[in-house]
Amino acid sequence: MEKVFRNRMATAVMLTPALAVYTFVMIIPIMWSVTYTFQSGNAISGFEFVGFDNWIKFFQDDTAIDALMFTLRYAVVMTVLQVAAGYGLALMYIFFLQNKSPLVRTIIFFPVILPTVAVALMFSRIFEAAPTEGPINTILQWLGGDLTDFLGTPGTAFWIVILMDVWRSMGFYAVLLYAGLVDIPQDVMESARIDGAARWKLVRRIVLPLSLPVLLSALIFSINGTLKVFDSIVALTNGGPGTSTTPLTLYMFRTSFAYGQYGYGSTVAFVLTILCLLVTIFIFRSMRRDVTE
Amino acid sequence: MISNRLTGRRALSAVALAGAGILTLAACSGGDDGDADPTASGDTGSEESTGTTSEEFTYLGQTQNTTIAATLESLEVGACSAAADGTPLSTDAIDGTTWDQQLQVLAGNDALSNMSMAAGTPSLMKEFVDAGLVLNLSEAFAELGVEGAVLPAAEATLKQLHQTDDLYALPTEYNIEGFWYNEDLFAEAGVDVPTTWTELVDVAATLNDAGIQPFIAAGSDGWPVTRLVGNHIFRSLGADALQAVADGEASLTDADYVASADAIAALGDAGYFGAAPGSIDYNTAMNQFLTGGGAMFYMGSWALGNFNDEEQNQIGADAIGYFPFPEVEGGAGSIDETPANAGIPVMFSASHYTDDIGEWLACIAENYGDVALAESGQVTGFALSETPADQSELTTMVQDQIANAAGSVLWFEAAFSAEGTTVSQTNGGGLANGSLSGAEFMELVQAANGG
Repeated sequence: MEKVFRNRMATAVMLTPALAVYTFVMIIPIMWSVTYTFQSGNAISGFEFVGFDNWIKFFQDDTAIDALMFTLRYAVVMTVLQVAAGYGLALMYIFFLQNKSPLVRTIIFFPVILPTVAVALMFSRIFEAAPTEGPINTILQWLGGDLTDFLGTPGTAFWIVILMDVWRSMGFYAVLLYAGLVDIPQDVMESARIDGAARWKLVRRIVLPLSLPVLLSALIFSINGTLKVFDSIVALTNGGPGTSTTPLTLYMFRTSFAYGQYGYGSTVAFVLTILCLLVTIFIFRSMRRDVTE
Repeated sequence: MISNRLTGRRALSAVALAGAGILTLAACSGGDDGDADPTASGDTGSEESTGTTSEEFTYLGQTQNTTIAATLESLEVGACSAAADGTPLSTDAIDGTTWDQQLQVLAGNDALSNMSMAAGTPSLMKEFVDAGLVLNLSEAFAELGVEGAVLPAAEATLKQLHQTDDLYALPTEYNIEGFWYNEDLFAEAGVDVPTTWTELVDVAATLNDAGIQPFIAAGSDGWPVTRLVGNHIFRSLGADALQAVADGEASLTDADYVASADAIAALGDAGYFGAAPGSIDYNTAMNQFLTGGGAMFYMGSWALGNFNDEEQNQIGADAIGYFPFPEVEGGAGSIDETPANAGIPVMFSASHYTDDIGEWLACIAENYGDVALAESGQVTGFALSETPADQSELTTMVQDQIANAAGSVLWFEAAFSAEGTTVSQTNGGGLANGSLSGAEFMELVQAANGG
């Protein structure tokens, strides 16, 4: 085995096909897109060099800064809620359900495989206010509240999107974290129980520290996915009302393909790339610190 | 150790060289895209018809518009069977919400169909024309001998819209816009048709008090609300008011323009658009009107297809009346200037134009108007050779209105950039549900329009 790896020729031959595909499909388009950030135009009317204009425009563009803030807010709130909900469910599987959990796990996992547009359509009907009232509005009015246009006001629209995405993905994180929790050796748990540890203390002192690696990998997974959210927002609110629920991905899409400004759109895309890179580096550095403890 | 460092440095320099090479390559090709200049627009029509045959005649449309595809299919088996012989029709449809984006991608890849619905934003259509992607129909008609197939009024509207000297699109719809109202609901509340803006607001108040929703508008799509803003501007400041904004001579944030937006925002504030208008889309709004959910529905005459359809229209075609957008007292515009447009017309791609396609084009030019009117009740901008005997009253009324219109005006976003159009339409719902004031709306649109 070592002989094969030491032989540089063999390594090169084995690596080259995959490396070539990766370079042509990922690296070259990314580099190409970076050069677009210094140009302006589109496929129909051609490109012209504009230097740093796009970058200056980005930092002076209110809509772009709003989109950046929305992306960050969404990512943080979603990650916290997703992973917390998943962790809570995983703990429930371990402590309350034990052997009977496969059916419940499957049912809770089911929304993950549903198509996003179908789920968005369902949620928009549930929270509908006109022309027919949805169930939530009916219940709200029965309890004495007012008819609320949930998807028409910026504040509530944000929370409906969060609710929809958490409902969809908590099953996935529950299963992921459950796999990590199951690995905790049973004898450690038993000895702690014998020592008189109540359930909550058990979780805080034993389960949480031992499941930290899988929790951190779930956090990384979640942050990476939520920073790049697109389909759930488009399907539910299409960035509305106005541009209050527009993340960077949707803003980039609209700028490039609706307004025909490929240069500025590439700039927005590159800002998003830098953001993802920074977040990943930050998480990896803090993870390294934990492991060496 | 030493060998490791050496190979490390070599690998690093190799990667650096490769990266620099890639960057140079990409930058060069980026420049070439701009250099590959298309021939001057206007000449492409006559120079491109080198091929003589085509395997099929492709048409791409929006799923929201079924009339064009249906009419083409009728023509294929009817008047155009000679053209269809050897070049059968092949239709395709995609959703209209991202229509402009899809067209741009297709255009960039030279994959436009022979005939397709045109770009929704006039500024994008202008880009297509400048890039030589669209067939010059004035020249093509001259070659095929079918000049005069398009009504002068429709031709003038299209040339004004695209700011071109020649015709580049066919008016498969020629629409006028105005308020369609439910006569039964008006009788129930005891109100008459208003002719001035103040009367309109009073009528709305009376209807609202009688428990009838005064206006129906698709706030989610935005443009039904911004149409009202645009028309108010035309009525109060004259027919050139919005072209002045596009030319930079005026700004939407000027007080008299904001006053029009405020007038519509006032309606939204008073709740005259019903509950949650920002979540209602075009089809829902249409359905609401046709099932008696509201009294007044600002829409274009393309909706006649829905009004004449007995399955969709549950209030009956007799219960629907029309009145033009009222005049604003003391305004520079007049009630006779009818908002007219050619809907989303159709265009022909220049790159796959052959003699077979030319046959189809000639046949469409001569027969489309008659077939569309006879089968769908669709009023088009084509010259008619026969009037159907059992035409609905609404259709006759629309044709009369077109014939008697003293002048025409376009719509609010007609002269705006693609970005201005999008921002205007995404914020129209905010005006209707009272969450945006007139000044805020105008600021957003002016900023997006490059102001």
